[in-house]
Amino acid sequence: MSVFPRVIPVLLVSDGYLVKPLKFHGEKYVGDPINAVRIFNEKQVDELVICDIDASVKGTGVNYTLIEEIASEAFMPVGYGGGVSSANEARRITGIGIEKVVLNTAAAEHPESVIEISDALGASSTVVSIDAKRRLTGGWDTYVRRGSRKTRMTPADAAVRAQQLGAGEILVSSIDRESTFTGYDLKLIESVTRAVTLPVIALGGASGIGDFAPALDAGASAVAAGSMFVLNGKHHAVLISYPTPEQVRMLGTTS
Amino acid sequence: MTVSIVAYGLGNLGSVENMLRRVGARSVLVRTPEEVLESERLLLPGIGAFDAGMRRLNEQGLTPAIKEFASLGLPVFGICLGMQLLLDSSEEGTEPGLGLISGTSVQFPEEANLRVPHMGWNVVEPVHDDPLIAGLETDSRFYFVHSYKVVPKYDEHVLGVTDYGGPFASMIRSENIMGAQYHPEKSHAFGMRVLSNFAAL
Repeated sequence: MSVFPRVIPVLLVSDGYLVKPLKFHGEKYVGDPINAVRIFNEKQVDELVICDIDASVKGTGVNYTLIEEIASEAFMPVGYGGGVSSANEARRITGIGIEKVVLNTAAAEHPESVIEISDALGASSTVVSIDAKRRLTGGWDTYVRRGSRKTRMTPADAAVRAQQLGAGEILVSSIDRESTFTGYDLKLIESVTRAVTLPVIALGGASGIGDFAPALDAGASAVAAGSMFVLNGKHHAVLISYPTPEQVRMLGTTS
Repeated sequence: MTVSIVAYGLGNLGSVENMLRRVGARSVLVRTPEEVLESERLLLPGIGAFDAGMRRLNEQGLTPAIKEFASLGLPVFGICLGMQLLLDSSEEGTEPGLGLISGTSVQFPEEANLRVPHMGWNVVEPVHDDPLIAGLETDSRFYFVHSYKVVPKYDEHVLGVTDYGGPFASMIRSENIMGAQYHPEKSHAFGMRVLSNFAAL
C-alpha cells in the first residue's frame, strides 16, 4: 500500500484569531490564521483542518469571509468545522474551495444533518468529529459544544452512528490530552478504529513525529496535531513547523 | 490561455479557480452549450456519483456540446469524477458516459487492509512523456479521493499509473482528451504544474 499516511495540522480559531487552548479550556493567542495557512501551504502540508471554536458555543455562525481568505491561500485539502448544521451552509463552504466539512455538535444533536450534508457533498467530504474524555471508571464519554456538554454515547458508538448516517471520515480527539504533549490516547483510537471501517484521524497529545507511528498502528489512517505544529521549545513559543516529505514517507514504511 | 471550467453543480470550482489564478491562467465558468462551444479548452471537474454527474450534464444540455467540442480536436481535461465521465460507462451507475475515451470505471476490490475510498497522497508513475506532465519531479505526489477507478479499453491511453491494491490508471490521454483521477487543484506545486501545463496546451 503506497498511500502515505496523512499528517494534518489542526488550527483553532476564536474571534478570527488563531488560538491554542489547553484541554479544551483557556486560550493562548497564537497569531493570524491566514498567515499560518500561508506558512503551512509553503511547507506543503498533506491536509489542514480549521475549526472555529466560537461558532457553535457562542452561536456566531459560519465565518465565510475567513473561509474565503483561507481557501485562496490553501492548495491542499482543507476541512472546516464550526457551526455548520445544514446542507446549504456546507454547500456554500465547499463552493468557496474547502473540501471537507467537519461536524461535531450538529452530528450529535441533529443526526439527520449528517445524512443531509453527506447527500449534498458526498461522504468523502463529510467528516464527523468526536471529542472524547476518559471516565474515571474506565472507557470514555463523548462531549459536544467544545467539551461543555456530555452526551450518552461512547466514542465508538458515536463513530458507528456517524458511519451509518453517511460520514466518510471520523476525527477523534482526546480532550484529556489536548496540548499536553503526552502522546495520543492509543486505547481511545483503537476503540474507534475497531468499530468502523471509515478512515479515522487521531488528534490530541502529539509531542513529536515519534508519536505518529503508534497512532497509525492503533488503526488511524491519519494523524493530526495542533500544539505540536504551532508551539515550540520548553516555553512553547509560537513557531510553525511540519515534518519534511521524507519524514512523512518514512511513516508509511514502518506502519 | 483561457480555461473554461464546466459548471454543472458537481465540483469544487472555487479550488480550481483559485489555483488557475495562482498559475496566472485566465479561467471562466461555462454553463451552457453555447459557452462550451466558444471555449479554447475545457476543464471538467467533478465530485460525487457517476449518474448524478451525467444527469446534470444532460439536464444542462452539455453532453452533446462537450462531444462536439471534443470532435474539434480542442483540449478537454477531466479531473476526478470528471475523468470518469469521459469514458463509456461506470459500474457505479447506469447512465452512459461521454464516450470520449473507450473504457469503463470499476470499484476497488473489497480486500482486507484496503480502506475505500482511496483517500490521501500517492505518486503517479508516468508511462511515457507528455506535455501535460512535463517538468514534474520524480517524487511528485497528488491528492486522491475516489472509490472507483478507470479501466481504459486500450493500454496506449494510460498516461500515468498509481498503486493502491494494485496498479490503476491515474492519468489517461487519447489525443486531445485527457484525465487525472487525483485533484490537481489540491496537490500543491505538483498539481499547479499539471494545471499550468494544461492551460498552455
